[in-house]
Amino acid sequence: MSENYRNNFLKEVEERVEEGHWVKMCMQCGVCAGSCPLGAHWAHPPQELFMMIRAGKREEVLTSDSMWMCTSCYNCVVRCPRKLPITHIMHGLANLAYRLGLSPKNQTTQKFASMFWNNLAQTGRVNELKLSLGMYFKDGFGQGIKNAMAMQSVGLGMVKAKRLNPMELFGGHGIKDKSGFHAMLKKAREIEDRRKNFA
Amino acid sequence: MTDVIATNQTILVVGGGISGMTAALEAAECGKNVVLVEKNAALGGRVSQLYRYFPKLCHPVCGLEINQRRLKQNPRIRVLTMAEVTEITGGEGDYTATVKLAPRYVNENCTACGECGKAVDAEVPDAFNYNLSKVKAAYLPHKMAYPQRYVIDPSIIGTADADKAKAACKYGAVDLDMKEESVQFKAGAVIWATGWKPYDAAKIQPYGYDRFSNVITSVEFERLADIHGPTKGKILRPSDGKEARNIAFIQCAGSRDENHLRHCSRICCMASLKQTNYVREAYGDEGKSTIYYIDIRAIDRFEDFYQKVQKDKTVTFIKSKVAKAVQDEKTGDVVLHGVNTEGYHRYATPHDLVVLAVGMEPSVMAANLPAEIVSDSSGFIEADPSNHAFFGAGCASNPLDVNRAVQSATASALRAIQVVNRVARVEG
Repeated sequence: MSENYRNNFLKEVEERVEEGHWVKMCMQCGVCAGSCPLGAHWAHPPQELFMMIRAGKREEVLTSDSMWMCTSCYNCVVRCPRKLPITHIMHGLANLAYRLGLSPKNQTTQKFASMFWNNLAQTGRVNELKLSLGMYFKDGFGQGIKNAMAMQSVGLGMVKAKRLNPMELFGGHGIKDKSGFHAMLKKAREIEDRRKNFA
Repeated sequence: MTDVIATNQTILVVGGGISGMTAALEAAECGKNVVLVEKNAALGGRVSQLYRYFPKLCHPVCGLEINQRRLKQNPRIRVLTMAEVTEITGGEGDYTATVKLAPRYVNENCTACGECGKAVDAEVPDAFNYNLSKVKAAYLPHKMAYPQRYVIDPSIIGTADADKAKAACKYGAVDLDMKEESVQFKAGAVIWATGWKPYDAAKIQPYGYDRFSNVITSVEFERLADIHGPTKGKILRPSDGKEARNIAFIQCAGSRDENHLRHCSRICCMASLKQTNYVREAYGDEGKSTIYYIDIRAIDRFEDFYQKVQKDKTVTFIKSKVAKAVQDEKTGDVVLHGVNTEGYHRYATPHDLVVLAVGMEPSVMAANLPAEIVSDSSGFIEADPSNHAFFGAGCASNPLDVNRAVQSATASALRAIQVVNRVARVEG
């Protein structure tokens, strides 16, 4: 399907990225880049990503870790003189890169995002204990133990305050109609695939 | 009681800035009777508050003087100052205007000798200098004021200061018993030359105009550069009165922004390019101007002016909409933060003074004018047939520079003349 977009990355972004049709409205003023609290840590600020999209730099954009750095603070959206939903475009770009298998490996935000989704999609509820343990151990067992030790007092405090149930480790609770929930997700995925030309 | 003699063949011009004066003069010099209504105590509007014009860098007093001379010589124009139109009824060729006249407390005996100003103690913010300085509560609006008559600020009426002013006047010109009055008269056509106002810079939160003393607007910078301004023409920054040699200009401050003004105000790029000349004039090679811009819109034929400024080594252009300004409490310098689009480099650059090239908005939104008028989404008056004999002139119709405002005013005068000529044919 990506063949359809050969040499026209902007068109691909417009059709396959949430809010991607806004990209062409960017006038390169740079207020988003300057307003981003994490801006100094991005390889390419949003303004530059938009220009790269228009310049057809598909590989560079989709393999970049830039859009994964967005923390959804919405500073850029508030200040953008053309009201581009920049935060949403960043998440849309990240999603496209992930689906095409181009997103950078071992990028923390991406790891967390996929972990969160898989966790949620199983039971319809987020199992916070499994999610946080998953994050602790994502870089191997040894590092996981170290992380868990470092966070020990926080964890115990949450257990004491009844904010965390250790029994959740064994299955945990979920929603009532799980099979209905899974069917719904499957249908939503089908619709999205058709809309974004993945089907 | 003020009498205004007018008929259905009279043209009413609302607003006495450069556009209103021009429209009134052009119509009157074609033999039409005109009533010119101005809200302030003197004609001239925002043009009189400029230091220099672009592109020739001449002084506005020159153009104003020519217009004032034409006004004095023309018996067909009746000028009402401190007057506001409150209502217009009727239709094309047969309007009735109601005008409210605020008391000036000084009658036409005034010779502008200035004795009343010397006599009073109270001071009020000087609106002519955008409140950057104060004037005595009995004052001449500005040096070129037309009419050359003092005004007594209503805040001192009923105090001992007002009596001092009255006692100081040798000509019996001070009349403390003046009251607000209202007059009604006819008009065949109405030219709305209500002008513009600078966009409220405090609304652009990240630039901190309301928080940082060394962030000022471009209109205030005009006053700083003017020899009649609050600093006697020296470019001194507000926080500590230090000479501001390293000055930043932020373009599109409020314009081309869905959060503020949707339109391009057209004049701000040229205004900042012009103002770099003030810096050069004051400091020569020692001065430094930095223009932060999205793209420079040196409209129409002004590209050569832009190229000339580009060649000036003291002027730097940075393609970036500034994200944030922060004033250093100790030094008073303002640090600008952002990313330069040319290379995507992050900067944090200190400047002595930051000038916001604020946008133009209509001084009265067309929807708020006391008549039914079609306007665009920014509140400027449209040239629309359903406006009948209401015509927008100058910056009431569009963000324009002086040159184009005068053209627009002349055009509106011609349209108004056509209406009153039709009236004349019917009335015989």
